[in-house]
Order: sequence, then C-alpha cells, then structure tokens
Amino acid sequence: MAKELRFTSVFDIIGPVMVGPSSSHTAGAARIGKVVREIFGEEPTRVDIYLYESFAKTYRGHGTDVALVGGLLGMAPDDARLADSLKIAHERGIKVTFVPKSDKVDHPNTAKIALQKGARSMTVTGVSIGGGNIQISEINGFKLSLSMGTPTFITVHQDVPGMIARATDLLSENNVNIGTMTVTREAKGEKAIMIMEVDERRPDLVEKLKAMPNVDNAAYFE
Amino acid sequence: MFYSIKELVEQAQDYPSVAALMVATEAENTGRSESAIRSLMARNLDVMAESITKGIAGVKSVTGLTGGDAKRLDQYLGDGTSYLGPIALAAVRNAVAVNEVNAQMGLICATPTAGSAGVVAGTLMAVREPFHLTREQQVDYLFTAGAFGLVIANNAGIAGAEGGCQAEVGSASAMASATLVQARGGDAEMAAQAAAISIANLMGLVCDPVAGLVEVPCVKRNAMGAAQALTSADMALAGMKSVIPPDEVIAAMDAVGKQMPSAFRETAEGGLAATPTGRRIQRRIFGD
Repeated sequence: MAKELRFTSVFDIIGPVMVGPSSSHTAGAARIGKVVREIFGEEPTRVDIYLYESFAKTYRGHGTDVALVGGLLGMAPDDARLADSLKIAHERGIKVTFVPKSDKVDHPNTAKIALQKGARSMTVTGVSIGGGNIQISEINGFKLSLSMGTPTFITVHQDVPGMIARATDLLSENNVNIGTMTVTREAKGEKAIMIMEVDERRPDLVEKLKAMPNVDNAAYFE
Repeated sequence: MFYSIKELVEQAQDYPSVAALMVATEAENTGRSESAIRSLMARNLDVMAESITKGIAGVKSVTGLTGGDAKRLDQYLGDGTSYLGPIALAAVRNAVAVNEVNAQMGLICATPTAGSAGVVAGTLMAVREPFHLTREQQVDYLFTAGAFGLVIANNAGIAGAEGGCQAEVGSASAMASATLVQARGGDAEMAAQAAAISIANLMGLVCDPVAGLVEVPCVKRNAMGAAQALTSADMALAGMKSVIPPDEVIAAMDAVGKQMPSAFRETAEGGLAATPTGRRIQRRIFGD
C-alpha cells in the first residue's frame, strides 16, 4: 500500500470478538501481553508492569491489569479465563507488580513490561491504539514500531555468529521477502532477539526457525 | 485501498455495493479468499446476535453499576406505548443489551471498540427482520460499516483515550448510519452523507467514564448512538446532505479530539466522572 495506515483490515474495525469491557484497555492489553510473552519466549517468573496516562488512571476499572497478565500467560482476548488471570499467575508462582506512572509518553495507552526469568530479563513496551489494535514501540530500550497485521517472525537466540544469515537464508529459500528487520541483544554473547516483518503469510516456517541451532524460541504473528 | 470517503465513494462505483468493495479490498490486502473473509465476518455477526439475546434476558455488571435495563426496555417495547417506533426502540434496547454484556465481561464483538459495540450490532438486529435482510445481507451490513469505519479510524481515530467519545460512539453511529442507508438501497454517496451528518451531530462528545469503567455513561451513550444513526440514515435517505463534505467533517473530528483536554479522554478526571456522585462511586468500588 502506498501510504502507511494505522488500520488496514476491516477486522480492525469490526472485531475483535473479545471479553469486555474495553477494546483498548482490555482486548488491546491482552494482545500486548500475549505478544510480549511470545517475544520473551517463555513464562517469566517475575513481571513488573509500568502503566502510563489513561492506562495508569483507569487500569483497574477496565481490567487492564487482568488482561495484560492473561496475555502474558498466553491467553487471547476472547479467552473466558482472562478474568481469573491474576489468580492463575499467582498459582504458577509468577510475581506480578503494577506501577502507575505519571510521565508523559507518546500515546495515552502505553504499558512497559519488564520480564525476568532466572538471569534473563527483557523490557518491551506496547501501545494500544484503539479497537483492540496494538503496536510494539520498544524492546530492551531499542525504539521500533511493530504493527500487528503485518506477518512477523520473532526469534530469541544465542548471540553467536551466523544466526542472522541462517534465518534470512531460510526465508529466502522459501521465497519470503523481508520488509523490515531488527536485531537487538541483552549483552554481547548472551540472548539476542531478531524481528523480521515479512510480506508473505507463512506461519509454517516458525517450526523451522525453532529447529535451528542456538534458537531458544521463535514466534509468528500477524 | 481507499484513504478517504471521497475515494471510497468513487471506488464503490466499480462494485455492486460498498460491502463488495470492502470484501475485494480485504482480499487484496491480506491474500485471504473472499469466502474466508465472509465467514470470518459471519462469526462476528453471530457473536453480536448472541450478546443481544443475553443482554435482553438480563445481566448484571461486575460492579453492579449497570445491567437489567435492556430487559426493562424490552418489556416497555412490548407495551407499545413508546414515542419511538418499534424499530428505533428495538435498536436502542439492543445497543443497551450489548454494552451491558460488555460491562459484565461477557463476549462481544468490538465495533469499532468494545465501549461502542452496541451501535452497529443494535441497529442491524433491529432492522434485519422488518426489512427481511438475508444472512448474506447482514454480513454485508458489517462490511459496509467496516469500510466507513476504516476511513474514520485512519483519518481521525477510534480510541476514546485519543479523541473522546466522539471517536467511539460517534464513529460507531456514523458507520451504522452509512450502512443503514445502503441496506435500504441508498447509494454510496448517500451513505457518505449519513456518516457525515452523524459525526457532525456527535462532534465534541467527551469520554468521561465514571470510575474509569465502561458502564456510565457508555451504556446509554450507545443507545443514543443507535437512535442517532437511524435519524441520520433517514435524513440521508430523504435526500438531505451535509453542508460540510464528509472528509472535512472527519478531519474536524480529528482536530477536536486533539484539542480536547486529557480530562475528557478516558482518564476519569472530567465530566460525569468528576461529579460528586461519580467520585463517590469510584471510592466505593476502588477505595481511595
């Protein structure tokens, strides 16, 4: 498409089917949590959630807290278990804190999520832009703009030579064109993240990415 | 793809309807087949119908602030003594039903948002029997609403936190009025006029939810959005036009949203949320 649009699909407008009460504060929050979980690649043991502006002021009334945690547990916005997510997280031994912030940010519905598991940690910032649609605006301090609706592969892997070449070779062999690509890492030689926005819908390739040596996890969403 | 209402109306000339343009555009953008796209939308239609049935039967929200009014309206509708005719009052009842189910954390279809989900669904379920809409025509109703909604969302916005309630119930009411016009055989230009009249009528509407909950005034605002959609649709079908062209009306709504203080953008700091009773309810539910 010629212009960069925030909304490209009729289902951004008519949908999603979701558990109420708010598409931006509940469904969007659940989607943010779920995508963050996919980027992190495993269930965290500790999560600190920083909420900004409207999210900070109304998160309890809208169930934003419940939805973010539900998403982090892998639940979709139409999952009936969402309402019990805080209890489920507690039972699984995940420590969750919510920190409402008064800082100004670019978008009123913003959540910055800091995840930990053992020595691993990561921060991801998600933005709920309305109607249940979301964007990812930051990973580990690295600013980016990931719109859902674009087919995207994300890998979490060991920071060793050849990883980028192997992943791009795999996509190239399958005639998948990469639109944008972002690579970031926690520290030299530790965990790295690779995000590839592509033109073709190929969820089947995620298993091949997962099977590559030194890949801890790979995820696909669109 | 269409970026403005003007482009939407122009491109619709090459198709039997706005709905057909929307399905073709979605297929082109996503690579999905038209039949897959139609069946995805049919699921949304089913969720809408189920949420209305559930709401009319009677629900209560988690906080107890809302619920039971769709049932009341249903009984009143049965009495046959209302000012509004049966179609309009049924649309109002249905809109209330959807948003009561939403507040109860039940399953709904966001259209374009959860807080404004009653308007398009409510009007559709009120007109489908009196005007004998087939299932395919009901699915088309949603595609047409979605086409107008896409343009509004991309040129203004649909989040109350960005643009106030005008962006939510205002957008929903515009979408519903446009598709109501097409459902009665009005052309794309008439549908565009209905959308413009709707947005102009709801310009400046603030988002002021009591205690930050999507309950007060959201449930009743959906009822108003549904009734307003029918009013604007009838005006357009009668041949009335918006003096300000539709795309300029949308740009004005965007500007108004940007000029709106944050107190009126879903922060629960202004309007009804800031009244003594609104504050009292907030303290009762969440403590200090």
